[in-house]
This record gives sequence, structure tokens and C-alpha cells, in this order.
Amino acid sequence: MGFLELINFYVIPGVVLGSIYALGAVGITLVFAILRYAHLAHGDLATLGAFLALAVVTALGLPPLVALPVAMIGTAAVAVGIDKAFYEHLRERPKIVTVMASLGIALMVRSVVQVVWGVDSESYVRGIVRPENYFGLRIKDREIYTVVFMIGLVGVLQLFLVKSKWGKAMRAMSDNPNLALLSGIDNKKVVMLTWIIAGGLCAAAGVFLGINTELKSMMGWHMLLPMFAAAILGGVGRVEGAVLGGLIVGIAEELSVLVLPSEYKAAMAFVILLFMLLVRPTGLLRGKVL
Amino acid sequence: MELIGLANYALFMGIFIGIYALLALGLNIQWGFAGLFNAGIAGFFAVGAYTSAILTSPSADGRLGGFELPFFVGWFGAMVAAALIAWPIGKICLRFRSDYLAIATIGVAEIIRLVIKSEEVLTNGARGITNIPRPFGDLPYVQSQLAYLAIVAAVLVVAYLMVQRQFNAPWGRMMRAIRDNELAARAMGKNVEYRRLEAFIFGAALMGLGGALFAHFNRSITPEAIDPMVATFLVWIMLILGGSGNNKGAILGATVVWIIWSVSEIATDQLPHEYAVKAKYIRLFLIGLMLQLVLRFRPEGILPEPLRGDTRTDDNAVK
Repeated sequence: MGFLELINFYVIPGVVLGSIYALGAVGITLVFAILRYAHLAHGDLATLGAFLALAVVTALGLPPLVALPVAMIGTAAVAVGIDKAFYEHLRERPKIVTVMASLGIALMVRSVVQVVWGVDSESYVRGIVRPENYFGLRIKDREIYTVVFMIGLVGVLQLFLVKSKWGKAMRAMSDNPNLALLSGIDNKKVVMLTWIIAGGLCAAAGVFLGINTELKSMMGWHMLLPMFAAAILGGVGRVEGAVLGGLIVGIAEELSVLVLPSEYKAAMAFVILLFMLLVRPTGLLRGKVL
Repeated sequence: MELIGLANYALFMGIFIGIYALLALGLNIQWGFAGLFNAGIAGFFAVGAYTSAILTSPSADGRLGGFELPFFVGWFGAMVAAALIAWPIGKICLRFRSDYLAIATIGVAEIIRLVIKSEEVLTNGARGITNIPRPFGDLPYVQSQLAYLAIVAAVLVVAYLMVQRQFNAPWGRMMRAIRDNELAARAMGKNVEYRRLEAFIFGAALMGLGGALFAHFNRSITPEAIDPMVATFLVWIMLILGGSGNNKGAILGATVVWIIWSVSEIATDQLPHEYAVKAKYIRLFLIGLMLQLVLRFRPEGILPEPLRGDTRTDDNAVK
């Protein structure tokens, strides 16, 4: 197999898939670091975002990229609503209780999708897209959008976290919650902001997965493990780590086909997760270990 | 006719309640005693079901099998296999907070599902393993169901007595001490990781046994036999509703939740087809909502964990 084939058939799809995982993993890493629990409904929120965009696409006939902001806002609102209705009153209890609640939320969100949109596969646009040829590299337009949007969204988020007052407050909560509370940071606002960001990024992950493959009610649940593997691989609490982790997991999944039967592609994320927990639980970029 | 049908249904339901009660007991060891979050119950269940199926079924072309061992050997093998899967996972994840275990067990269940679907040599792929012998399966239908119910009940009683004994034994008290205050338990010289691993493995073995009972009851096991997410979630809501940390609560929860679940299925199956499909998902939504409501309004469950001494009255006095 030539070098170009390796790039075209394995690395480019890996980078695209990895960008999608990265979008979800950034949200997971923020929730993990700031609210301090593993949010198991993250994948199903992504499914909800993807289907919200589908609703906009079919109702107004807009392209999916235009529907993306609507889906992001809608999912962010749902995420904040879920937090207010179901997670807020568990805040004083052991964190693992919230993890359990989020497993129930995953089931609830998914069943809403299944009731409203059914269980069949859907897609935003019909027809086959031919890849363009760039010096022998075969890339589809939508693959370029996916990677560019991911870099753009994460870049904006990183700027927000480093420069703005509320971004600093979020980082302070992540570093030392007691000190942050003592210095007068409003916990409620930080929590809400975290959910707005996580929900929006979730929707973006779902929409891009839908653009690049198809929409299914289980699409998000199957993304959950790779997203967690990416977050832990990069280091919990590190946004750039989540992006790096997402790309590595995505590329590793695509490359695994070379040595493993393709049915076990999904097992790659799990192997990476266990390996990191065994060897370096802080992740590549020294995140925190809860 | 109606009455016999009803009696048959009750038998059927009793057997399922027994199997789910075993799973809930297993989860109670993990969550109720030790505070470990296992989100892959269906995975351990499936390992038990397939192990016992392979050990006891007659040989078939194209897959491993034909050992035709007696059923109790298969059931023991199911427990051992589930425990062996639990061991490395626990070894890696129990050093950290239970969130990591939750994610890893979701992964385990997923991998087990993939293996079952694709390793035809082991599991016969999508067609599954059939002709699994059932103890007293040669009797006429009703007697055979009755006999199986008796076996399930006997297994459940033995498991209950053993787990209940551990609850009051020093081991159980130590587990709860670790769960409630890890630091203090560590300071008392308890080997926290090792003890958690014990609880995780014992619980997983019970789940494997539950899977084996299920496979022998159905006489067959296929990848589609249970929906992993639904099964896992049902066991969780059984334990939380019944009362985590209380073995009687686990069994009570299994009974209540399974009756609600299967009666609501009968009710929704009466609907016209297009609504019946949606109704399945609405039931899932409601069971998820039920968990949220229990967590919010009665987190200790119907039968709370028995506390020693008068800590409870002290609590009330302070309020």
C-alpha cells in the first residue's frame, strides 16, 4: 500500500472522525474538571443536537451548516435545563449519584429522539459527494468544514477561557473550587456557563457526525466511549488535550482496521482508555485525576 | 383457559423476577456495599449466559462446544468467567474514583457485545446458541416451569443468605466503612483497592450466574436476547428504588420494577402497531424519569439500608 493510500483511506477519515470526537471531548473534559463528575448523557445530547439540526434542515430547507448554530443554541438550552431540573439538587450529595442520574438522562434524551424522529437512519442531504483531488489527496468539502469548524470553535473557546473574566472564573473553579468560591466567584453562573459551552459543543459534534455519516438514534451513545477516552488521554481539564486526544483516538480507530478485524474498530477507544489509566492517568498534558 | 394463561404468566414473571433479583443482589454488593458504579451489568450477564451455554450445550457445526456438562457446572463456569472479566477491569480502575469505573464498564459491555456478534467460533454469531439443556426441561410445560421457578428461587435464597451474612459480618462492615470514609478506612490499615476488587468480583460473579439462569430458562441465547442498555438500567432502578445497601430491598425492588415493566409492556402491546413502537420508548423515558424522582425524593429507597445504633434518631433530633 502506498503512502498516499494510507493518507487518503485511513489518516484523513481519522482526522475528521477525531475532530468530531474532539468537539465532544472538550465538553466532557470541562464538565469533568469544573463540575467534577463524568457526564454519561453527553453522547445522547450530541444525538439530540444532530436531530435538532435535521428538524431545521427539513423544515426550512437550509444547509446543515446554517442549521448548526440553531442546534447548538437549542442543545445548550436543553443542557442548562437538564442541569436545573435534575442535577442541581444532587450537588451536595456524593458526585457519583450525579453520574447515575446522568445515565438515566442519557436514556431519557435518547427515548425522546426515538419517539420524535423514529429509529431509522436519516441524513441531511441525499446523494453521493465525490471527493476533490488536491495533489493526490482526496478530500471531501464537508471534511474540510468539519476540521476548520472544530479548530475555530475550540480556538474561540480557548480565547474565552484565557482572556475573559468568566473564562478565568471557570478555570479557577477547575483548579481550586474552594478558593474560587472564597474569592467571590458565582458558582451558579460558572455551572450554567459550563453547560452552555458543553451543550453547544455536543451539538456541533453530533451535527458534524451527521454530516459526515448519517443520523441514528444510537450515534451519540456509540461516541461516548471514544469521547471519554479522548478526554482522559489528553488530560482531564485540558481543552487542548481533549483536541489532541480526540485526534489520536480518531486516527487510531481508523488505523486499527489495518491490524484488527473492522468490527473491533470501536474497541480501540477502550484499549486507549485502559492503557492511559494504567500508565499515565493524568493524561498526555497533565490533567487532573479525580 | 384464561386462568391457566394467567397462572402461566405469573410463573414466567416469577422466574424473571428471580433472575433480576440475582442481578440486583450482585449490584448491591458492588454499589450498596462498596459504592462501585457498574454501568455494564448486561456485559457480565452476557458472559455468564454464553459461558454456561458453551459448557452445557450439545456440539454444533462451526463453533466451540459439545462439552455437554451438567447444568451446575455451566452455572459455576458462568460465575468464574464473569469474575475473570471483572478482575483486570477492577484492577485498573478501582484505584480511581468510581466515575472511571463507570466509563470502563460501559466499554466492557460494548466490547463483549462486539465479541458476541463477531466471534462465530465462540458464540455462533447472530444465530446464537440453541439447544441449551434446561434442568427438568423434559417435564410437561407447566411442571417444567414450576420446577425451574423452584430452582431459581432456591439459588436466590442461597445467594441472599450468603450476601446477607456478609452484610453483618466484619467484611460487610469494613466495606461500608471504606465506602463512607475511604481515608479513615485506609488509616485503619484496610487495603482499600484490594477490598473493592473483592466486592466488584463477587458482584460480577452473581451477575454471571443470573445470565446463566436466563440462558437455561430460554434454552437459547442470541445477541438480540437482551437490550444491554435497558437491562443494565432496569437493574439499577431496581436497586435504587428497593433500597441500595439493603438485600431485601434489592429483591423487593426487582419485584416491583419487573411487575411495572412487564405489565406496562402488555398494556402498550394492545395499542395499534405505530403507537406500540413509540410506547416502548415512552416507557423507557418514564423509567429514566422514575430514577430521577427516586434520587431526588427518596434516595434511600423503599427499604433503606439498616443502620446500627441510634444514629438515625440523632439525625432527627438535630433537625
